[in-house]
Amino acid sequence: MDAAVKPTFKVLRATRASRAGGSIALILFAVLASLPFWADSSWLRLFAEFACFLVLAQMWNLLAGYGGLVSVGQQAFVGLGGYALVVLANHTTLNPFLCLPLAGLIAALLAVPTALVVFRLHGGYFAIGTWVVAEVYRLLFANASFLGGGSGTSLMALRGIPKATRESITFWIALVLAFGSVALVYWLLRSRQGLALTAIRDSEIAAASQGIDVRAVKFLVYVIAALGAGLAGALYFLSNLRISPDAAFGVNWTAYIIFIVVIGGIGTIEGPIVGTVIYFLLREFFGDFGTWYLMTLGLVAIVVMVKFPKGLWGYAMQRLDLRFFPVQRRVQFLEKETS
Amino acid sequence: MIAWIDTIVQGVLLGGLYALFAMGLSLMFGVMRLVNIAHGDFILLAAFAGMALVAGLGVSPGVALLVLMPLAFAFGYGLQRGVLNFALGRDILPPLLITFGLSIVIQNALLQIFSADTRSIQAGALVTASLHLGEGLAVGWLPLMIFVSAIAVALALQWLFGATRIGRAFRAAADDSEAAQLMGVDNRHIYALATAIAMVVVAIAGVFHGIRTTIAPTDGPALLLYAFEAVVIGGLGSFWGTFAGGVILGVAQSIGFRLDPGWGILVGHLAFLAVLLVKPNGLFPKTR
Amino acid sequence: MLATHNLTAFYGDFQALFGIDLQVDAGEIVSIIGANGAGKSTFLKTITGLLKAPRNAVRFEGRDIGGMPAHQIAQAGIAMVPEGRRLFASLSVEENLKMGAYTRRQGRFDLDAVYALLPVLKEKRTQPSTSLSGGQQQMAAIGRALLANPRLLICDEISLGLAPIVVKEIYEILGRIRKEGLTAIIVEQDVGMARLFSDRLYCFQEGRVSLSGRSDALSHEAISKAYFGV
Repeated sequence: MDAAVKPTFKVLRATRASRAGGSIALILFAVLASLPFWADSSWLRLFAEFACFLVLAQMWNLLAGYGGLVSVGQQAFVGLGGYALVVLANHTTLNPFLCLPLAGLIAALLAVPTALVVFRLHGGYFAIGTWVVAEVYRLLFANASFLGGGSGTSLMALRGIPKATRESITFWIALVLAFGSVALVYWLLRSRQGLALTAIRDSEIAAASQGIDVRAVKFLVYVIAALGAGLAGALYFLSNLRISPDAAFGVNWTAYIIFIVVIGGIGTIEGPIVGTVIYFLLREFFGDFGTWYLMTLGLVAIVVMVKFPKGLWGYAMQRLDLRFFPVQRRVQFLEKETS
Repeated sequence: MIAWIDTIVQGVLLGGLYALFAMGLSLMFGVMRLVNIAHGDFILLAAFAGMALVAGLGVSPGVALLVLMPLAFAFGYGLQRGVLNFALGRDILPPLLITFGLSIVIQNALLQIFSADTRSIQAGALVTASLHLGEGLAVGWLPLMIFVSAIAVALALQWLFGATRIGRAFRAAADDSEAAQLMGVDNRHIYALATAIAMVVVAIAGVFHGIRTTIAPTDGPALLLYAFEAVVIGGLGSFWGTFAGGVILGVAQSIGFRLDPGWGILVGHLAFLAVLLVKPNGLFPKTR
Repeated sequence: MLATHNLTAFYGDFQALFGIDLQVDAGEIVSIIGANGAGKSTFLKTITGLLKAPRNAVRFEGRDIGGMPAHQIAQAGIAMVPEGRRLFASLSVEENLKMGAYTRRQGRFDLDAVYALLPVLKEKRTQPSTSLSGGQQQMAAIGRALLANPRLLICDEISLGLAPIVVKEIYEILGRIRKEGLTAIIVEQDVGMARLFSDRLYCFQEGRVSLSGRSDALSHEAISKAYFGV
């Protein structure tokens, strides 16, 4: 090729929305960080819960939307994270807040042997296999009498800390986790591994033929998702102060996460954010309707899956070409071909 | 010693029920690679419907089952044609999420109608009658009946798949759905028939389950997991493998329960994980 | 018997066929040749209903079959020997043949007639179809299509991956059926074989018909020009 020929295209990775999005995120973070100084403590607790679901949704989206690993057993790591926090905080001299990252690490560590087992199953069977593993963890904790067995135990280590301090620190942790999970997924998808992940999602066989170690990438994603779920679980029970096997390892965790991701839009970073907001709005307004509310959630998820498989955000994105978190590379041709 | 023999025998009989749970799941997966997460909830739906028929109309459980079977067939056919057919394809996500959604809808609908109380199908003396086999060893007529029914269902399915035109179409569509269409097979109809037949098996499983033990609307997921474990332990592709998987799971749980009442289900799960680690394709995979 | 008029086909946004006009008369063997990607397989997919065709673009025995689902087109009397055979792997040889008769169309071919024509299949009838050699598999695929008693038989790349002697044998068998009045479309990579075995020939290039005519009247030069587009 003639060395004098200038490239006629450049690779774009940012969009106008994404540059605006970056500034908006910074401002939002700063405003939210000041919340404990002026807002009601019920807001702080609500946000902590919001952060749990956002982190879980981001992680599940990474797993299923990008990695093709449809897990219905993420409650395994929520529970492990929660229990790890409670055990570490109650039975060691460590600062209970410092136990939270450790709890996440423990969940990630336990994801390694778990992956060894569940990766032997594929597709839909992988999904149910992860569920079985979560049940195994639940039953193990339900039989652990020193942790209160089936009725669970309380987080005693925080007793000496004033309520306001406890709630503020928990809130800040939640804030960091919420923004951190989005940033992590964003960074991961824009990295080399992310490119591999997208290739795998599109075609596993083609990706393998391009020299991508499909198994290794999926394994990495699985462990990262477990880390996120473990942190979210630890945060949830740090805020709730009481843990039991049924609350920690209940399949409802995954049910809500799936609803959030499907409604918001699977395979996008914005989708889980939108989904979490919608989920909390629905819960605030209709949560009192109990079974009718849950039935409606299920039906809505089915209808969205059949009619709008890309979710609300995917639908909006198609209409408006709006991307706050562009993870794809777009080629822009600088001049028209004249030949 | 005799106590352990009793444990094994009870486990084998329990396995018959699990085999009934599992065969419907296995059938749907075998024909269309569809993993039905709502499978356990369908079993409970059938159990509650049976209970409502027995309690409401005062008929015997057998009559209730005879009424339920054609209803289940029609329900399965409609479910597949009306909903699930739209979710089939290369992407595994839609069928999983749709059946997961169905699971939640069914659970909460049952909660709404029947409340969270546990109850069971009234079957009179059948529940307690047993056959004395020797010192310390007796088998209940009901578990025996369930076991024999499971064998009958496995035989019927084997005949259907192996010796009939529909069965050939099931297998052909599973192998290569495009080529099957070229032979004149209407896949949407064939898939709907597969789900319809699976739901008939589900109805049988549900009614027996409702007679044998107490049922609550939120039990569905547990039943799904037992069915799934039986299928994977047995190895995909044959109903007898699934049957054997059910029996192995039943025995494992029975041994677990004998060791400690809190361990029964856990030991069942662990047996499943052990099989998965040692023989990921199941103990009796189809060789052909 | 079969006529397409301005037939187009799309994979999503990608257009693969640009207005194909093709005709097959009763008792006639028509071959389609063309390089890889010329649109031959796409054409067969639209004829058999695996790919949606415009409503009025395909006429078969006086009926518009464009856009009909594949199973109805099979019922109407078009059977295909698909590329790569595509026997059903978990079915025995005889079960594969019986799948051919799934439409229950009546006619000259029943199991016995196919076994008489292809005796090797009778020997292996209870074996899994995967245990057959390549040539035997191709015969099973042909036998399976014949059991549908088709009005129109379509053979897609039946010589692909087979030894020349086996190809000869297979065409010899098709020749026997031809004498009884076979109507067929033959898609072939082997241009020589395609010319020899057909009455008329179409050459496809980039989704269009680049040449058509009586097989014995077309010159080598004309064919290679239409084939390669140079």
